Order: sequence, then structure tokens, then C-alpha cells
Amino acid sequence: MAEFLSLRDAVARYVEDGATVAMEGFTHLIPFAAGHEVIRQKKRDLTLIRMTPDLVYDQMIGAGCARKVIFSWGGNPGVGSLHRLRDAVEKGWPHKVEILEHSHAAMACAFEAGAAGLPLAVLRGYVGSELPSVNDQIKFIECPFTGERLAAVPSVRPDVSIVHAQKADRAGNVLVEGIVGVQKEAVLAAKRSIVTVEEIVDDLRAEADYHPNACIIPGWAISAIAVAEKGSLPSYAHGYYPRNNAFYKEWDAIARDRDTFTRWIEENVMNAGGNA
Amino acid sequence: MDYTSAEMMTVTAARALENGMTCFVGIGLPSEAANLARLTHAPDVVLIYESGTLQTKPNVLPLSIGDGELAETALTTVSVPEMFRYWLQGGKIDVGFLGTAQIDRYCNLNTTLIGDYREPKVRLPGGGGAPEIATNAGEVFITLKHSKRAFVDRVDFVTTLGFGRDGKGRDGVPNIGKGPTRVITDLCVMKPDPETKELVVVSLHPGVSREDVIEATGWEIRFADTLESTPEPSARELEVLRELKDRTARAHAGA
Repeated sequence: MAEFLSLRDAVARYVEDGATVAMEGFTHLIPFAAGHEVIRQKKRDLTLIRMTPDLVYDQMIGAGCARKVIFSWGGNPGVGSLHRLRDAVEKGWPHKVEILEHSHAAMACAFEAGAAGLPLAVLRGYVGSELPSVNDQIKFIECPFTGERLAAVPSVRPDVSIVHAQKADRAGNVLVEGIVGVQKEAVLAAKRSIVTVEEIVDDLRAEADYHPNACIIPGWAISAIAVAEKGSLPSYAHGYYPRNNAFYKEWDAIARDRDTFTRWIEENVMNAGGNA
Repeated sequence: MDYTSAEMMTVTAARALENGMTCFVGIGLPSEAANLARLTHAPDVVLIYESGTLQTKPNVLPLSIGDGELAETALTTVSVPEMFRYWLQGGKIDVGFLGTAQIDRYCNLNTTLIGDYREPKVRLPGGGGAPEIATNAGEVFITLKHSKRAFVDRVDFVTTLGFGRDGKGRDGVPNIGKGPTRVITDLCVMKPDPETKELVVVSLHPGVSREDVIEATGWEIRFADTLESTPEPSARELEVLRELKDRTARAHAGA
């Protein structure tokens, strides 16, 4: 049963040093507020999993939280590189970060397999790609029925998954709308989960826009819910606020330089209350 | 009518899409071309982005693969696992439309890194959806700017299969798409040789010489026996493209 905690308490309780952490959101509903809380609490040696590590992982990597990143596309969408990720991988600043690299299809399947309690995901993938030569977690198996060669990757089973969503009700049921990404799979695949939300309402089913086919994660499948208003800015929350595309462009200059980056983190994360 | 080589490229890439096709769209140049096609000759082209937006009709080009604009104008949005498993792997996509950082004569694409994998000179974003788009879609169109840095003799890393380092990478593989069928640049259009799969220039854009293409290609590029001249953009195509780019720039400038 989901427990309502402050973001500070939720991160303190569920994100341990050395943990495997998935913070999902496919360009939408990215849990920035939670990522900043992880930085403020100086969590270390995390294995960060995410299909599209973008600015929030760039910030966490640059702030020294990560030991390893498992991903399938690591860039600033439409803008360019993640300079903190690159600096960590290429030059070891603030320390060397290991990477394990997949394709989107494989990671999506791996989350789904994790949610389904399976040890592996099977897909018609990686044909002719050299990714299997640099990632020993990609294997090939033979279909027992047709003999077709298929890719296999281990399922994703994070220690904790953190996602952001529009709203939760008092029973802890969470509504996710718009681009739903792999958030539901990430929560269900993880041992523990934190969902940050824009707001708490009494009962989702009593909401004017409730629909039985909406993407709902039931409260009993979630460990903790924390309110984080505007918790996915500069990403966006469908129905609440738009993506701050201008900031994504600005980030390129901020992240390019170590000192500028460090100052930005000090001013906007470390010294910014609980909800930056 | 005056136009730039970039506009020539986008218009030519757009024309490659036929009305009614289902297209899995990569961000950047492919997205620009696919939406131009939708706004001109192919109003019923079905555009699908890997963020899960199905049959989307954005009014401005998305900066990222999951801008709100894509979800708000889509028929529906589905989860990312569903997108890759049912729609792409399930064989529902006619064309995958991709960009790339590097390409070689056999259409292999590198979006992973320049240099050595463990000690990269330049770390690029990675494969994303491309490795499976390229093998699970019916065919693949590729569009990118023509330069020696991009058109290399040997890609540093095969992120995404064209036809393999020997041109035989798809031979005998079951359940695989045709692969790249055309590459569109700001200089020309290339297609793979039916036998060897090596890229051959089939059409030069107006004002572009063979020497221009040779100069911008990192291997000894071949030309078709009967080389065509790519038709110029029409006034309408240019007008629609410019309006699209203007409103996109305005939309992304604001906070």
C-alpha cells in the first residue's frame, strides 16, 4: 500500500547508496524534482537505468551520484550531447562512469519482462548491430519452435523506480496521461517505487475526466507517493504545463563547462528548498 | 524560385513518402521531411514516433521525440513497449525514416561514437529506436547532409544495420525488412545496387556536379549509368516548409 511521504523522506528511505535506480519518463513526466532530491542527499554509486537519460541524469552524473548508466539513447533531444555524461565517460569527471548500452526496443522489452516477473526478454532485435559486441548482456537464442535466431536481454529489476505522474488519490492510485512511456512497467518491475505527483485528489474515479481505460497504477503496487508540484519541469506534464524547450537549449551551454555546471547545481539544486 | 540545398534535401526526402504509408519517424531531418509530406502530397501518411504517438499530426515540429504537440495531435498514444513490440516488431510499419551521424557504402549507420568504443573521441547519443526500426520496418529511407565526415569508408561502429560491412548482412535472415532503399542528401539521391548493395548515385540535385558528390564522399562513390536530375522544389512545397519551420522556431523560442 502506498504511503504518503515527503519527497525528502521518500528518497531518504528508498534510494540507498549503491542501489539500482530507474527514473523513467519518455521525454514526458520526467521526475526532475526527485532527481534533484537525490543530488541534494548526495546519494552515491548508483546504477542509473533509463531508456533516454536526459538532463536530469546529466545533472545526477555531473553531481557524482552515478557509478553506471544503463541506457539506449543518451542525448539532449533535438539539441545535442549530454555534456556531463560525455565528460564522465570520456574524461572521468567527476569520476569514471561505466555505461551499458542497449536499443530502445530491448530496454522496453526488458522493463516489460521485469514487470512480468520473467528473467529475460526476447525480441527480434539487434540484427547486424555491433551493440552485442560491447554489451555482454545481449545474447542470442534459438526459438524452440521455428529455429529463428532471437535476441535476449535480462529483464530490468531495479531496486527502486521513480516516476512522475499527474495525480494520485487518497488511496494512492496514480493517473498517468499523455505519453505514458515505460513508467507503469518501471514501477511494476521494481522492488520499491516512488511516484511523485502534481496533486492529490480525493478519488480518481470521481474525477470529471476519469475514464476506465486511463493508465492507472493502483496504490497497492506503489511504495511511496510524494507531492512534487511542477515536479517534471523543464520536462512537462500533459494537461498541467508545457515542456520548457528553451531551457533544454540553454542546458547545452550550462552543461558544457564544469564550473558553470557546478554553479548551476549549487544555485538551483543544493540551495533550492525541497522542490527544485 | 530560390531555395537552399537544405530545402532541396527536405523536399526530396518528403517526396519519397507516398500517401497512405505508415512511417516510423526519426527526430530531426526525417521528422521535417515526413511532416512536409503530410502537409503537401501525402495527407493520409500515418506518422508514428517512438514515444508512443500513433497517427500524429503536429502543427510544429517537435524538438524532442516526445513533445506534447505529438501526443495532443495523435489519434492515440500507447506505451513504449507496445510501440516497439506490436507496431514495429509486429510488422505494421511500411517505412522507417532515419537520420544518422555516419553512413558507409553499405548503408550501415553509426550513431554511437567516433573512435574506439572504450575510449571514444566523440560520444554520440546511441542507437535509440534505430537498430530495430531498420530491421523491422518494411524498408528504410535515410536522410542526412552530405560530407566526408558523415559519408565514411568505414563507420566507426555499426549501430544500425544497412547491409552489413560486406553488403550481405540481410542475406538469409528471416523476418527482416528490405533495409535502406534510398539515401537523400543535400547533393543527391542514392540507392543501393540491387546485387552488391553498394550505394549508387541515381539523381543529382540541380546545380550539383559529380565532382561535388565525389568531394563530399569518403569512398569512391559510384554513379548510375543514366543519372537523373532531381526535380526542383515547387513554390508550394517551399512555402509549406518555410511556414512549418517559422512556426516551429517561434514555438521553441518561448519558455
